[in-house]
Amino acid sequence: MTAEAVRIEGLHKRFDELEVLKGIDLTVAEHEVICLIGASGSGKSTLLRCINLLESIDAGRITVLGREITARGVDVNAIRRQIGIVFQSFNLFPHMSVMRNVTIAPVKVLDLSAADAETRARELLERFGLADKADEYPDRLSGGQQQRVAIVRALAMRPDIMLLDEVTSALDPELVAEVLDVIRELAAGGMTMLIATHEMGFARDIASRVCFLDDGVILEQGPPQQLFNDPKEDRTRRFLQRIVDAGRL
Amino acid sequence: MATPPELYQDQPGDPRLPDGDRGSKLLAPLRAEGGRSVAIAVVSTIVFFVVLSLIIVNSPGWDEVKRAFFSRTQFKDSFPGIVRAFLVNVRLFMLSEVLILAFALVIAVMRSLPGPVFFPIRLLAVIYTDLFRGIPTILVIYMLGFGAPALGIKGVPDSPFFWGVVSLVLVYTAYVAEVYRAGIESVHTSQVAAARSLGLSRGESMRFVILPQAVRRVIPPLLNDFIGLQKDTVLVSLIGVVEAFRTAGIDSAATFNFTPYVALAVVYLVITVPMTRFVDAMVARDRKRRQTGGGL
Repeated sequence: MTAEAVRIEGLHKRFDELEVLKGIDLTVAEHEVICLIGASGSGKSTLLRCINLLESIDAGRITVLGREITARGVDVNAIRRQIGIVFQSFNLFPHMSVMRNVTIAPVKVLDLSAADAETRARELLERFGLADKADEYPDRLSGGQQQRVAIVRALAMRPDIMLLDEVTSALDPELVAEVLDVIRELAAGGMTMLIATHEMGFARDIASRVCFLDDGVILEQGPPQQLFNDPKEDRTRRFLQRIVDAGRL
Repeated sequence: MATPPELYQDQPGDPRLPDGDRGSKLLAPLRAEGGRSVAIAVVSTIVFFVVLSLIIVNSPGWDEVKRAFFSRTQFKDSFPGIVRAFLVNVRLFMLSEVLILAFALVIAVMRSLPGPVFFPIRLLAVIYTDLFRGIPTILVIYMLGFGAPALGIKGVPDSPFFWGVVSLVLVYTAYVAEVYRAGIESVHTSQVAAARSLGLSRGESMRFVILPQAVRRVIPPLLNDFIGLQKDTVLVSLIGVVEAFRTAGIDSAATFNFTPYVALAVVYLVITVPMTRFVDAMVARDRKRRQTGGGL
């Protein structure tokens, strides 16, 4: 029995009139790779942003590595140190070099010396084929390179859990593979991940479990083979059918 | 393969972007149309200005105007004194500018503090900017420059220079704070999300991520405000600071001639016209950069 990384209980989130999450329950074991699939607006991104406390929640409880992060008075910055998030739109800091993008948080938050942070950054950049980009600025990189830098930036904090929010959706098709390869490598290394994605083939490949979100709830979840080949719910089947029709699976 | 535009934009030596053309659209179309257009423009310009100056010089009363405003001897006599006195304006301006840049940043950051706890701080910042953007500068200068020393409170300085700086700082801080605020708000919230998600605190996100981007974007409007400030330093003469405007006034009153004022105008134009052009060029460059999809 592996340890529990994330436990989400009865999570509700509304934006004004619109209830986006209507009671999410989900438990993620360490080293598990969870893929969240579902139509746009089904709540995948919001769920990830709640886990990282980028959104306040209206009801429910989130526990990360045994600590309830939605309790009052928790140190938000300390929790975020354990959880890395990568966004659809990269969100690199445009006024900083790649090296500074990757080292700023370790230096300011973890109090690493500049030299140590740089060593750590170089190792990561090397590992993901970005060693020669350390001194470039983000606007000189391709989308795929930017997204890999964003992943490296999150990894530089040595997080226990990574949240990936549709990280390939803003990329040109020919750049998707290089980013997915990075994620595969992370999964192989045992990183606990929650991945919101539209790449069904990738989800089938990498996920230990797939969750289908529909209208703010996890309608169905299971191992990828079962969920993709033999979905129990009608809605899941219709969603997957649309994807197949669009030639995306 | 096309070179990305960002590569050459910043290089002043680039032949495609002659410096004079960057800000103004006056010459560019001519150049595009070729030699014949340029020749026509040159001839028509010469003819136009020759005719115009003949009309002016031959108008009735021109001699009086010339004597009162453009007297060569008057100009020569008072110009050096005015330039020397202008150094007081420069000091007023420099000192005020440094203080304004710092205080305005504080006000702008105060105004962007989130959450209900900071409501009074935000309110204070709003009241301050409303107040000092809404009052004519000259009123502030009068009230402080004459009013504050008249209180006779111990320790309150009575130097008009001091109160002149205080007034200019109070008024321009309100304007510059709004410029900063516009810059802060122009940085997309996803940048904050990225910074906070890495564990940076609110203050660190502001300092390392938001402000550097915000300030870079508002440099042209900041410079515009400072051109305004340079011109407004003459207002301080009204509470007794002997600076360039006051000196020109003394010269003028002594001779019943307005040439000293024209001399001061010349000093100002020498400084403000190049600065204005420079700002225009920056704005044009920024616009071009944004169109080509560059970052900042």
